[in-house]
Amino acid sequence: MKVPIRWLKDYVDFDLPLEALVNRLALAGLEVSGIKHWGVPAPEGLRLGTEDPYPVWDKDKIIIGLVTKVDKHPDADRLKLPTVEYGLGRSITMVTGAPNLAVGDTGQKIILALSGSVLFDGHATPKVLKELKPGKIRGITSDGMVCSGFELGISEDHDGIIILEDDATVGMPLVDYFGDSIIEIDILPNKARCLSMIGVAREVAAMTGGKLKPLEHKPHTFGPSITGKVNVVIQDTSACHRYTASLIENIKVAPSPAFLKRRLHQAGMRPINNIVDITNYVMLEQGQPLHAFDYDVLCSRAKGKTPEIVIRFATKGEKIKTLDGLDRELSAETLVIADSLGPIAIAGLMGGAETEVTESTSRVMLESANFDFLAIRKAMKSMALPSEAATRFSKGIHPDQVIGGANRALQLMQEFAQGVPAEGRIDCYPSPKPLQVIDFSLTEAKRILGIAIPIEECTKLLTSLEFKVEKVSNEMLRVTAPTHRLDIQVGVADLLEDIARLYGYDKFPETSLSEQLPPVLIDPELDFERKIKDTLVHLGLQETIAYSLTSPEAESAFLESSKPAYVTLLNPISSERTVMRQSLMASIVSLAQANLKHTECVKLFEVGKVYQKVSGQALPAEPYKLAIAICGPRNKPFWVEDSSGKNNLNFYDLKGIVEGLASGVHLEKVSFKPGNHPALHPGKSAALLIRDKVAGMFGVLHPKLASTLGLDNHEIIAAEFDLLTLASGLPVRYLSKPVSRFPAALRDIAVVVDQSITGQTVTAEIQAAGGNVLKVARLFDIYQGDRVPAGTKSLAFALSYQADDRTLNDKEVDKLHKKIEDRLKHVLKAQIRGKEV
Amino acid sequence: MSELDSLKNRALDQLGACSDESTLRNWNSQYFGKNGEMLAALKKVSELPPESRKEYGQQANIVKEQLSASYETALKNCLEQAMLKSLETEKLDISLPGMVPPAGKLHLATQTLRDIQSTFAEMGFQVFRSREIEDDEFNFGLLNMPPHHPARDMWDTFHTTDPGLILRTHTSPGQIHVMRKFHPAPIRVILPGMCYRYEAITTRSEIMFHQVEGLVVGTNVSMTDLIGTITAFTRKMFGDSRQVRIRSSYFPFTEPSIEVDMDCIVCGGKGCPLCKKTGWLEIMGAGMVHPEVMKNGGYDPAKYSGFAFGMGPERIAMLRHAIEDIREFWGNDLRFLSQF
Ligand SMILES: [Zn+2]
Repeated sequence: MKVPIRWLKDYVDFDLPLEALVNRLALAGLEVSGIKHWGVPAPEGLRLGTEDPYPVWDKDKIIIGLVTKVDKHPDADRLKLPTVEYGLGRSITMVTGAPNLAVGDTGQKIILALSGSVLFDGHATPKVLKELKPGKIRGITSDGMVCSGFELGISEDHDGIIILEDDATVGMPLVDYFGDSIIEIDILPNKARCLSMIGVAREVAAMTGGKLKPLEHKPHTFGPSITGKVNVVIQDTSACHRYTASLIENIKVAPSPAFLKRRLHQAGMRPINNIVDITNYVMLEQGQPLHAFDYDVLCSRAKGKTPEIVIRFATKGEKIKTLDGLDRELSAETLVIADSLGPIAIAGLMGGAETEVTESTSRVMLESANFDFLAIRKAMKSMALPSEAATRFSKGIHPDQVIGGANRALQLMQEFAQGVPAEGRIDCYPSPKPLQVIDFSLTEAKRILGIAIPIEECTKLLTSLEFKVEKVSNEMLRVTAPTHRLDIQVGVADLLEDIARLYGYDKFPETSLSEQLPPVLIDPELDFERKIKDTLVHLGLQETIAYSLTSPEAESAFLESSKPAYVTLLNPISSERTVMRQSLMASIVSLAQANLKHTECVKLFEVGKVYQKVSGQALPAEPYKLAIAICGPRNKPFWVEDSSGKNNLNFYDLKGIVEGLASGVHLEKVSFKPGNHPALHPGKSAALLIRDKVAGMFGVLHPKLASTLGLDNHEIIAAEFDLLTLASGLPVRYLSKPVSRFPAALRDIAVVVDQSITGQTVTAEIQAAGGNVLKVARLFDIYQGDRVPAGTKSLAFALSYQADDRTLNDKEVDKLHKKIEDRLKHVLKAQIRGKEV
Repeated sequence: MSELDSLKNRALDQLGACSDESTLRNWNSQYFGKNGEMLAALKKVSELPPESRKEYGQQANIVKEQLSASYETALKNCLEQAMLKSLETEKLDISLPGMVPPAGKLHLATQTLRDIQSTFAEMGFQVFRSREIEDDEFNFGLLNMPPHHPARDMWDTFHTTDPGLILRTHTSPGQIHVMRKFHPAPIRVILPGMCYRYEAITTRSEIMFHQVEGLVVGTNVSMTDLIGTITAFTRKMFGDSRQVRIRSSYFPFTEPSIEVDMDCIVCGGKGCPLCKKTGWLEIMGAGMVHPEVMKNGGYDPAKYSGFAFGMGPERIAMLRHAIEDIREFWGNDLRFLSQF
């Protein structure tokens, strides 16, 4: 809502500098989001977002002038030489090219800028401020300029100079005449009443103690009565609460007076003609939208009968040509104003073209009505017609507002269009809205607000907002809401809000909660998630958070074909984000890929949700998943090292991360088996099992997929696990082992086994033979090649023997080592290297 | 001069001529090695007639002690000299970059969420999480916004192809979930989680963002408690000299509703680009739980009251770290994430 301060002061007297007003409005819930100055300097303490530079109108240099004559320029046809008088007998002749000033003109009041004025350069875009310098134009000295709105910084209009109305005083500084600041207030839904100058004025009055000026404008004289000249029938009273029709005859349709045009312009509306402008002006002033119909068109449509206005829902397929020239087909949900021939306006949204006020209109039927916000809201959305009127109706207006609005418009039409209002009005108000009366308990106020505001203070604050307050007892007030307040509902909550904001939140003390603590809330998944994240971070991985919105195409390669149905967006913002994701692996691989463009080594993880429809259930499942992706050299190249032989991260690095994670959070019953995941290399992937249940898969990205993704030069190793399944491996408690205080004996063993035998099998056999005393069996080398028979491989382990209760002697260690060798030979048909027979 | 004396003099002369550790070590093996001259001289005792053996033996031992002590001293001096020399010459270019051990980090959003959570945990708040895909009723209806309520315009919503199923626009549906789960017990929780808005993605707005909502319900909960709680939070999070300003505002699910500002962390209130010259930074919306919402949660508003507040961790992180583009958060560029 754009509020010019001068206009606001028509309704309320207040003596508050602009910066203080802006601040007070903000505290009271009316945030000023922008400000535009018309020639006045911005006050020092005004704290608002960055403003663009604008011309400040110097009192001595930008002055209202009177054109006394306009001469021809001797050398240029397009240029003219007006002589302008500007008070105290001063006069100046200058050069202008303004198209709306003609040779021979006299008597126009214009805006004169003398040399030294700083204005927008009329020839520059984007706008630049420029000081006006005395100079010669085509040989003629010109020490001044007649100004356009563009140069003054108040419109985008370059073409003509501003011609002022007759009441402008010659010699008066322009800034005194219409210098102003226009504040733009963001109106919250519960302050829809402030979509009007009066609404804002009421707030200003309440918060400054300023006085509201009486606003009882109505016509002074009337013509013959309206009775018998129009009938009104409300067919659907739930969609139209009240409809009034007034008649005004003998009007002269013409452009509006300058002040009215100027104010509409300041408020962001386009002037059209005096009748339409007056309806808009009253809407801006009072918040009540109005509509003017050409009464003679209504009469001719009624074919000699009395025009009958019916407010009803359209029948499906009915049509209307609206003011904007469009032919619109109406649906059964659209409320229309109709007569015997059909719709003449879409209620609250837009008038019809046929009954529109034109230059030839001489009689107007003025509609001032109240429509249900819901009906207008639906129509506004379905027809995409967010007009100023519709916006106001859609937020709710009190039906009592229609009378003031109609009276004011008739008065203005009488004054500015020479109209003669008919006596009386047709007023259809089937069920008048009852007054909202609330019993307001101070005990209740104290309970919610936490402070006791005295009863006198509450009374004063509510009265300042025009509530009627009656003292019932020392702790009870009976409060009646004023009829411009539709937001006051049953109960004290709404009153508390008004009291609190006017009393001032800065006067509220800060207290600590004294309410008892609630029962303990247990969320093991949350704790587990935290541990998982911490452990992975310690393992050197970076957490990421990807969009949970994706497209089926982006993740199809990562999902089984039997995946659950997608949660699909009805209104996606782009074709890349049409569904809620089901694969965390797909999103993390794409993050890895994006990062590989600039970073050599990526090690990423995400813990996040996937979304799956569950058949037979209204709401989808949202299980948490863990995804990992790693790629690139294992060690960062470093200047002190020989970085020639790069070792890239591989399957075992990711397996190490998984093992590190499992041991870091102490998962039990962890095992691995070969994987089968659509996105992973079949021979280079594994499944992680927790208590024999698959928690997820990890491995090298399938070469085919990698190539599709354009990842031929990078081998990404990725994983996705289900968080709940991982959590199932959490022990209730985990046990520690005592540390042996006796020395360990270290031996290596290298065994040659058939290639099909897994490392895990060999390790298990070693452990089985070594028993308790074998504390560590660590694989440190694998060899396949010329030095071992074809079809075999050599595995080398570092073994550590250590007893808990004594120092082992060599003999004991030899014996155990031999036992291991024998078992490997026996069970795995292994050869012990270095001991070939 | 005896044989021993000449041996001694010769050895000491040679020792004096040794210039470094290796010549010293050579000297040592020449005289004290397996076939060293000193050992040979000592062995000579057996070749002497018995009456001169004792004296010779004593003399030889003295020479041996002298030589060995001289050697030790010379070696020690030499090593010290070498050390001093090396200290002078072995100079690292300490300006070269260090080797940072590869470290992982939590996402900035997670870090900020954890800071917020731990701050509230100290005030007795527990964490309650709820679903992201909600039905319309929980996201709007039960929060005092029946269908077509004008306040619904405040949230641009992602709808799904299932009628009534939407992506939650705020964490507030969690208020209803937690109240229905715990009524009539008192409640003191924060509800963190991901929310979605149907918006164009720009430097200032995202389609997906975290929210942390707080909810306190009980028989003794008031506006001054709300102001006290959020002021305490603000000071813990942003420094204990922070000023807090409360403005009147509007949310359909709270009444009265407020907006909470703190004095700008950059300019302290004088006005700067961060606070758009206002001197204040908006940090959260809050209010007393609307009686209708209390009822919908299963609490009698005549007996119970409550407050709620909501804030955006990403916005808080942006303020703390001067981040100008919200798109950095889900862009997940390692060059961005690794800074935090
Ligand atoms: Zn600042």
